[in-house]
Amino acid sequence: MYNFEYQKAGSVADAAKAATGEAKIVAGGMTLIPTLKLRLASPSKLVDLGGIKDLVGIKAEGGGVTIGAMTTHAAVANSADVKKAIPALADLAEGIGDPAVRNRGTIGGSVANNDPAADYPAACVALGATIVTNKRKVAADDFFKGLFETALEEGEIVTAISFPAPEKAAYQKFRNPASRYALVGVFVAKTKAGVRVAVTGAGEGGVFRKKSFEAALDKSFAAASLDGIKVDAKGLNSDIHASADYRAHIISVMAKRAVAAAK
Amino acid sequence: MPEGTGIGVSVKRREDARFLMGDGTYTDDINRHGQTHAIMVRSPHAHAKIKKIDQSKAKGMPGVVAIFTGEDMKVGGLPCGWLIKNQDGSNMVEPPHPVIAQEFVRHVGDIVAVVIAGTKEQAREAAEALNIDYGVMPAAVSLKEAVKPGSPQVWEQAKGNICYDWGLGDKAATDAAFAKAHKVAKIDLVNNRLIPNAMEPRAAIGDFDRATGDYTLYTTSQNPHVIRLLMGAFVLSIPESKLRIVAPDVGGGFGSKIFHYAEEAIVTWAAGQLKKPIKWTADRSESFMSDAHGRDHVSHAELAMDKDGKFLGLRVETLANMGAYLSTFSTCVPTYLYATLLAGVYTTPAIFCNVKAVFTNTVPVDAYRGAGRPEATFLIERLVDIAAREMKMDPAEIRRKNFIQPSQFPYQTPVALQYDTGNYDATLDMAMKMIDYKGFPARKAAAAAKGKLRGIGMSCYIEACGIAPSAVVGSLGARAGLYECANVRVHPTGSVSVFTGSHQHGQGHETTFAQVVSERLGLPLEQIDIVHGDTAKVPFGMGTYGSRSIAVGGAALMKALDKIITKGKKIAAHLMEASEKDVEFKDGKFTVAGTDKAKTFGEVALTAYVPHNYPITELEPGLEEQAFYDPLNFTYPSGCYIAEVEIDKETGTIEIARFVASDDFGKIINPMIVEGQVHGGIAQGVGQALLETCVYGKDGQLLTGSYNDYCMPRADDFPNFEVQHSDKPTPCTHNPLGVKGCGEAGAIGSPPAIMNAICDAVGAVHMDMPATNEKIWRAANAHMARAAE
Amino acid sequence: MPTTVSMTVNGKKVSGSAEPRTLLVQFIRETLGLTGTHVGCDTSQCGACVVHIDGKSVKSCTILAAQAEGSDVLTIEGVAKDGKLHPMQEAFREHHGLQCGFCTPGMVMSALDLVKHNKNPSEQQIRDWLEGNICRCTGYHNIVKAIAAGAKAMA
Repeated sequence: MYNFEYQKAGSVADAAKAATGEAKIVAGGMTLIPTLKLRLASPSKLVDLGGIKDLVGIKAEGGGVTIGAMTTHAAVANSADVKKAIPALADLAEGIGDPAVRNRGTIGGSVANNDPAADYPAACVALGATIVTNKRKVAADDFFKGLFETALEEGEIVTAISFPAPEKAAYQKFRNPASRYALVGVFVAKTKAGVRVAVTGAGEGGVFRKKSFEAALDKSFAAASLDGIKVDAKGLNSDIHASADYRAHIISVMAKRAVAAAK
Repeated sequence: MPEGTGIGVSVKRREDARFLMGDGTYTDDINRHGQTHAIMVRSPHAHAKIKKIDQSKAKGMPGVVAIFTGEDMKVGGLPCGWLIKNQDGSNMVEPPHPVIAQEFVRHVGDIVAVVIAGTKEQAREAAEALNIDYGVMPAAVSLKEAVKPGSPQVWEQAKGNICYDWGLGDKAATDAAFAKAHKVAKIDLVNNRLIPNAMEPRAAIGDFDRATGDYTLYTTSQNPHVIRLLMGAFVLSIPESKLRIVAPDVGGGFGSKIFHYAEEAIVTWAAGQLKKPIKWTADRSESFMSDAHGRDHVSHAELAMDKDGKFLGLRVETLANMGAYLSTFSTCVPTYLYATLLAGVYTTPAIFCNVKAVFTNTVPVDAYRGAGRPEATFLIERLVDIAAREMKMDPAEIRRKNFIQPSQFPYQTPVALQYDTGNYDATLDMAMKMIDYKGFPARKAAAAAKGKLRGIGMSCYIEACGIAPSAVVGSLGARAGLYECANVRVHPTGSVSVFTGSHQHGQGHETTFAQVVSERLGLPLEQIDIVHGDTAKVPFGMGTYGSRSIAVGGAALMKALDKIITKGKKIAAHLMEASEKDVEFKDGKFTVAGTDKAKTFGEVALTAYVPHNYPITELEPGLEEQAFYDPLNFTYPSGCYIAEVEIDKETGTIEIARFVASDDFGKIINPMIVEGQVHGGIAQGVGQALLETCVYGKDGQLLTGSYNDYCMPRADDFPNFEVQHSDKPTPCTHNPLGVKGCGEAGAIGSPPAIMNAICDAVGAVHMDMPATNEKIWRAANAHMARAAE
Repeated sequence: MPTTVSMTVNGKKVSGSAEPRTLLVQFIRETLGLTGTHVGCDTSQCGACVVHIDGKSVKSCTILAAQAEGSDVLTIEGVAKDGKLHPMQEAFREHHGLQCGFCTPGMVMSALDLVKHNKNPSEQQIRDWLEGNICRCTGYHNIVKAIAAGAKAMA
């Protein structure tokens, strides 16, 4: 690791003030610390959100849930409120990384990092979540901007994510056997405003919505509705783990399974 | 013998408590006073000329003690332990293997310089500040590309990148067998390149004692004496008397820690230069590009059969990847550990195998669990399944028809080995019973009803353990002996220290070797200490690899124990005023036949060291004996593995529904430990079949350089393994314990069982490993398309 | 700049100097000399470094020592009491759940965290829980058996 300064922020305001220039914010650190270890980043300063109690916790409100940015995956997975309002979200959290990673990794960190193979971005987009920052509220559709790119500006920190409750939803992940990240992850949500289908892991540009699936499922929310809808392999990743064609096929299979599993 | 501590008992391991409490001492746990830290500066290019190394910035950085390049470290090269002859009788091409690259780098990860500083981070920072100007050259990366005309040359002296072109067997007789064949089964296959990945990354600490001029190297090695010999004699010219190698607790090896590596020589040499201890510990990323890799064959094979499915002849053409340099045992793996096993368990009368070893701009390739034998077994057992299809015979039936029968032992194969004993029908019967072979069609139908494809596959393996005898391997080009040494020191109060050349890094020798002593001397385990891994303590040893520890090291121990008992009898005879020939030794007591006279082992030991009443004119005091054991032959464990898999047609995901193993390891010292060895071997074999593969980009960059891309098997990738020992075991006929060795069997026998099961499920003739979900999905689709036609 | 980091490790208050970039595992191994916690990879996957922080399993290679300031850390050295193996450790010994021993401390620490969540885990639950702990020796077979038995013994 390159050396850096370390600052434990006492409040979001402190953190925002400190996180300028070459400084980086660390939440759970499950992505950032491995990156630093491999010397792939050299921030001047690490601003740790770990001491900000306000950022931790899950609130059930308006039928949905609002989850503080520093809430761990384990906390989301085990939350009675989440299980009740959006069981698919608890299931998703239970499937992230491994138990030790879930004990440290946070929803805010995952969303702000926007790893193209991360699970949460798919949930945010499919459920139509709102990303709450210290400056504003951003709709998930406008938040994720591509590989590791988000709408966050300098000094802007994710503080919470609000998920409206869907009528039903499910997440199906097809794991990369080596990294265990999503080779393809499909989150399907049937919401009041219509069906939303978000795909992670597969796209060259990170999470994306599968509008043709949404349209078909809006007509009839059944796995069979997706029969015969071809997924174009163009724009999908192709690497040593899987070809774009295979990923395209798996998107269909996972989407159908998610529809069948939705609750 | 004390109750439950001798041979054949599942004694709980004596080494476990320290590992379970965090009290093990692995190399990286050791710190020497005044220690500095080394970082190896490694080539980012697969093939390049080193034009210039500018140290000006790095030299002055905080904490930097020294920077050494190939220019500074002009020592002997890393030696290759086995000379292979070409078919025309000439020697293989044996290029130099510099410890630090000289002028050229030949693989990503090749060491260009070493930076030594007060802390690891300081060394790393200075290493990054080295300005190295490379002239990048085209690289030969894959086997198939490297042998094409016009391919980039790894070594000028190796034309066409060929290290050797070697043959074994009778080509004319094999051709004649094919000429009269009723049918010929054929296969083209790749044996996928693997990265061993022992969980403990390699580490080395060099230390130098100014007062005595003695060097000490602490290292993650399976064979400290071999390292002392190779490094002392060939690389650094340090006499053995001034060089101590300590291999403390070692966190797994699987072959990858046999070889003498450059980092060991660098830290030892630099410790002498700087008069300071120097520690190097690999990061996992570094391990990926510097530990020797395994397997990596491309083969074509054909099997000739008569009209009844009896095998008439086998011919095999193999390209074997050596990587950029010849690692310690690299050259013997695809030759004497591979082609010699191509008879398998069958009576195929004529076999010819040609192996071309090929240089590429990749990490050196050497022995990895099984070393040559998994490659041979995969080839035969896949080919036999294809033969069964050709002949429309059941895979079990065609195997049985060709098995070497118990009455045929000792059996001379056409590829040099003589099997001493075996019973292949016994393990096949057992495995078929375990899995309920007859019930398979019903299970397949039940799976089909759920929309799944179910397949069954078997593999009847044989392997050769405890490579030997020295005289024979010497005549074949080995540059070392392959015996083992044991020293048994009986202390005055009757406790025993055993000094063995067999190194343990997971195998449990501290338990099994003690069981042998307990059985033979009638002592409780608490009085027996097994000492290994330190050249200052153990007289000599060739170490642990090739499943040789109990078969060779255990036999040496038996010989030393026999000597102890012989001398003990002399002392006891004197004490009991009896004739030596009337003295018997059993359960820790010397007795005189036909009398009630008795002396305990402890009394005799004490007498040896307090020789007041002692036959001093005929016998020296003391009770310590040493033995070297050079086996007469390999040992030949064999067995049958059967896998049943279920495939999800939609995704190509695979579930191993059952995996059964029936092994014949001859006599067994500790069944619990043997089963554990088989479990681990199967896991590595299944890993090879389904998950693991090393991938290089066309430019020679390692694409599977971390656990994000190299797929290490996890707990949820496996079922429980059902492992049983043959109910008709055939003990080895030529070692005193009747043991055969069990460390590699699982890794040898399992890949073909899995792949045969997958090919059965999807109706494919062949699929290369690893059988990824995508490959299986494509094969399953092709199968369904065929079925629909 | 090195600063002083303080925490409780295996029930004892400890403090030591650490750079901001010092990982908890480095602090434990190098500063405290507790070498039972191992490092088997650099991508946070192998689990040889698992310790408990405030009662939860954490990969000590993926947290800075500074982030663990003030916390309560349990390492493998703190699991056995008075030289007597903890029932989970005893189960690993009894069922031959270890070979080379390198992954073992992390396996035991993960197993102990599992039992906190699930007093009677099934074989599949144990296998799933071990996703972040890699063993190269045992094929996991006996580790799974050991954890099931250890959980029973702890009940």
